[in-house]
Formats: sequence, C-alpha cells, structure tokens
Amino acid sequence: MPSFGAVIARRERILRGGGDKRMHRVPATCADRTPYNNPTMNPQPMLRCIDVHKRYGKLEVLRGITMNVERGEVVVVIGPSGSGKSTLLRCINHLERLDSGHIYVDGELVGYRQRDGRLIEDSEPEIARKRAAIGMVFQRFNLFPHLTALGNVIEAPMRVKKTPRREAEERGRGLLARVGLSEKVDEYPSRLSGGQQQRVAIARALAMQPKLMLFDEPTSALDPELVGEVLDVIKSLAADGMTMIVVTHEMGFAREVARRAVFMDSGFIVEEGSPADLMSAPQHERTRLFLSRIL
Amino acid sequence: MTLALEFDFEVVTRFLFNSQIWHGARVTLQVAVLAQIIGVALGGGFALLRISRNPFAKVFSGFYVWFFRGTPALLQLFILYFGIPQLFNDQTLTNELTKYRAAIIAFGINEGAYMTEIVRAGILSVEAGQMDAAKSLGMTQMQAMRRVILPQALRVVVPPTGNEFIAMLKNTSIASAIGLVELLQASRLIYAVNFKIMELLVVAAIWYLAFVTIFSVLQAELERALAIGERERPETLFSRVIAIMGGRRGI
Ligand SMILES: Nc1ncnc2c1ncn2[C@@H]1O[C@H](COP(=O)(O)OP(=O)(O)O)[C@@H](O)[C@H]1O
Ligand SMILES: [Mg+2]
Repeated sequence: MPSFGAVIARRERILRGGGDKRMHRVPATCADRTPYNNPTMNPQPMLRCIDVHKRYGKLEVLRGITMNVERGEVVVVIGPSGSGKSTLLRCINHLERLDSGHIYVDGELVGYRQRDGRLIEDSEPEIARKRAAIGMVFQRFNLFPHLTALGNVIEAPMRVKKTPRREAEERGRGLLARVGLSEKVDEYPSRLSGGQQQRVAIARALAMQPKLMLFDEPTSALDPELVGEVLDVIKSLAADGMTMIVVTHEMGFAREVARRAVFMDSGFIVEEGSPADLMSAPQHERTRLFLSRIL
Repeated sequence: MTLALEFDFEVVTRFLFNSQIWHGARVTLQVAVLAQIIGVALGGGFALLRISRNPFAKVFSGFYVWFFRGTPALLQLFILYFGIPQLFNDQTLTNELTKYRAAIIAFGINEGAYMTEIVRAGILSVEAGQMDAAKSLGMTQMQAMRRVILPQALRVVVPPTGNEFIAMLKNTSIASAIGLVELLQASRLIYAVNFKIMELLVVAAIWYLAFVTIFSVLQAELERALAIGERERPETLFSRVIAIMGGRRGI
C-alpha cells in the first residue's frame, strides 16, 4: 500500500486536474489480472439491472434504471443528494423491494423467482443466501458495537456459512491485516477512528467472499485526513479484480480506479462514460451543474 | 404532658429472623423472581409480535398490553384466583391453582405487559443500519435479531426492567388480599397477636429494603457487563473494589 503522504499528494494532484498518466492504465490491467473475472471466460455480466423502478409512497425514487456491470469492473456512481443512489444499491441486495424491473447478480435474479412469467418474492432464507454473495459497505459504517473488530468480521462466516470458529478467526485476522488493522483485532468499534471503522466494515463484508461489492459513500462520514486510507483499501480491491459499484464524490479516486462513471439524477441515469470524459466533457447540463459544484 | 415513645428495638431484632417472617420473605422473593421470569419471556415474545409485519400478531400483542396495563393487578389476581375457577367449575383446577401459583401467574402476566413495551422500545432503539448490515451479510431476520439487535437492545432494556422488578417485588404485598402469606402478611399476622405493630412493620421494611438493595447492586453489575464495547462503562461497587485491590482502573 502506498504511504499516507504519497496518497494525499497524489489525490491533490488529481483534484487539481494535473496529469497522472499512470492512473488511466490501472483499470485496464486490474480487470484482466484474475482469470475468473476474465470476461472472455464468463461472458455473463456480474450485475444486470433492467428497468428498475422503486417508489416510496408517491415519490418515485428510481424511474427505470438499466445498467450492467461486467466482471472485475469498477463503476462509480455520482449524483446529487436524493437522486436515488443509495436506493439503487439497497435494491441490488434486496434491502428494498422493487416495484418493477429485474436485477440479476451473477445470472441469478435477486430477491425474486420467476413462476409462470410472474415474479414472486423469494423466501427469507433464499433472499439471505443471495445477499451473502453481495457485500455492502455503508456511509455510517454500521459496525456491530458490541463485538470487537475480529468479532464483527467472523460473525457472519460463523453464523451464515457455519465456518468453524478457529478457521473464521484465522481468515478474519488475515482480512484485518489486509486492511492494515492487525493491531486493532481486539478493539471495539467505539475505540477506533472513523477510517479504521470503515476498514473493519470492508473486512467484514469481504469475509463472506462476495462476488460483488457495493460501497455507499464510504468516505463521506470521514474527516478529510482519513479518506485516503479507506480509498487505498478500495483501490487494492480493484487491483485484485473485485467487481464493485462505488457511490462517491471523490472524483480523483473515480478517475484512478473506475473505467466507468454513472451520473444519476432524480431516479434516472442521465449519462455515463469514463470518469475522465464525464468530468472534462459532460454531455448534459445537469451533469455539468453537478460537477461544477463538487469539483 | 409527656410524650412516651413506645418502641421496642429488641422486638425488631427478635422478629427479623423469626421463622414466620423468614417464610413470608421467601414467598415474596420467589413470587417476584418467578413472575419476573415469566414477564421477561412474555414481554420478549409479545414485543416481537408487536414489531412483526403480521397485522394479526400486532393487534393480538396490542390487546394484551392494553388489557393488562389498563386494569389493576389486584383485579387480575382476583380474576385468576376467584373468577377462573368459578368459570370452569373444575375441582382439580381449583386445587391446583394455589394462592402461591395464582400470584406468580397473575404477576407474571401483568409484568409481561410492561416488559412488552420495554423490550419493544429497546429493539426500536437499535439503529436501523444494524439490521441492514446484518442482512447484507446474509443473516436471516432471526439470526440478525439474536446476534445483533437483541444484544444491543438488552442494554437499553435492563434499567427499566430493574425498575419494574423492584416495583413488582413490593407490589406482591397485594397478594395478601387472596390470603397469600407473603412478607407483609406474615408481619401483620404476628402483630395481630402481640400488638407490636410498629416493630413488625419495621421488620418488614428492613427485608424489603435488603432485597431491593441486593437487586440494585446486581443490576449495576449487569449494566456494566452489558456496556462492553462502550467508550464509557459505568463504575460499580465490584469494579471499584477490584480497581482498588488491583491498583488499576476498571477490569
Ligand atoms: N425509507 C424511505 N422512505 C421514504 N423515502 C425514502 C426512503 N429512503 C429514501 N427515501 C427518499 O428517496 C429519495 C432518494 O434517496 P436516496 O436513495 O437515499 O438518495 P441518495 O443516496 O442519492 O442521496 C430521497 O428523496 C429520500 O428522501
Ligand atoms: Mg445516499
């Protein structure tokens, strides 16, 4: 992992719009690194959302979202507050029911099964089984406060996958080491900084060996000096070929790891493209307006 | 005019460990503890029904709380001890339903109504994000409840439960109305004979205070144990003693 200072310096360079030639190469190489994520071996996209609609009462929050995410691809989602970004992620792992449309993860319909051409909600254990393959990292971390860092990481493998404690702990320690928290294994969340808590949350999600990771503004609740350590972890996952959807307004990070950025507004995908293109030449007025506010 | 204070401390010390008093104190303690156990079980179950999506379960639980919080415990005790046997007119039921058992059941069901509200509030006090996180890891609703929500709810539930328990421990004295010889009734039976009214009331008061004190200390220990993972854990009698003996703060 690059040093803290180096990361900050690099982020600032990127934010200034200065040339960092290396970063454009990163996504291309990381997608091809692991064979099981090689699109040529399994042509099916990891995620397919087809005309997804979601409403809360009268408010239509998602108004026909259609998007694919390929294996090993990192997609960044940006958009103003209230545009439906969190709702989209919550629909993908069925924390919310859909009003219409289909979501497939790794070829499997999430939350529903099809019978006689109609969609029927899955049984609870079946929903849980499908969710287990989709990791989610929340803006406010949502660590379990009554469990240590390691306790947080091993809970789901032990309860859901019935992994024996010893094995779960061994793998949990490995994951905590991977996010740079070997020293904090036995600490409770209340004694960790925001950045450390979010890294534990990432390790906790990884412990279930997800096929797809969803990040909902993982750094928005962090003090600026802690943002880098969390983004570094996400970057290292990208380099390992993890398929990810990251809602974030860290545009420097987006340019570095994502091949594609999606701009959402009021429940629609307004436009998408490479992060660099989207930033330098947005096609829509709304995108331009939004970018001018966050950059 | 002289003011003679007729109070004999010697009577107090003599009756403090009198076998009749001691028996009454045990009955009070047993009724309260067993009723509390029933109350917690009922409260946990009805709270889950109350927050479930099933409308029938919700209404059923709501009705339970409404009725048992809305009528006096003494009335409920009378219904159980006098009313139900009349209704069924069954000899074995009448024989089996002793005063002692009737008191435990009536106080347990009554306590359950209050516990339902306490547990429900405890569950609702846990952030929604906790359930989201647990579900996103593939836990079922039940697993998330058991492993994530309830352990956190417990912290919020313990203080009001302690209050409820202490209130009920004292309220068991109303079971004297069906003739159960609990602590207060035992002391009344004695002073009815020896006329040392004030002395025997003091004896009963000492026992009530002793029980409440012991449970308050236990409650503080439990609260400290459940505050694991919190930045600030409450100090308790034992934690201070251990800190002094070990020469360090906290356990
Ligand atoms: N559980 C809910 N009930 C009602 N409205 C909601 C709920 N969750 C989100 N919303 C509304 O849906 C809209 C989109 O929310 P969200 O997906 O959180 O947006 P974003 O993450 O892009 O800021 C907002 O207007 C929000 O108020
Ligand atoms: Mg959001």
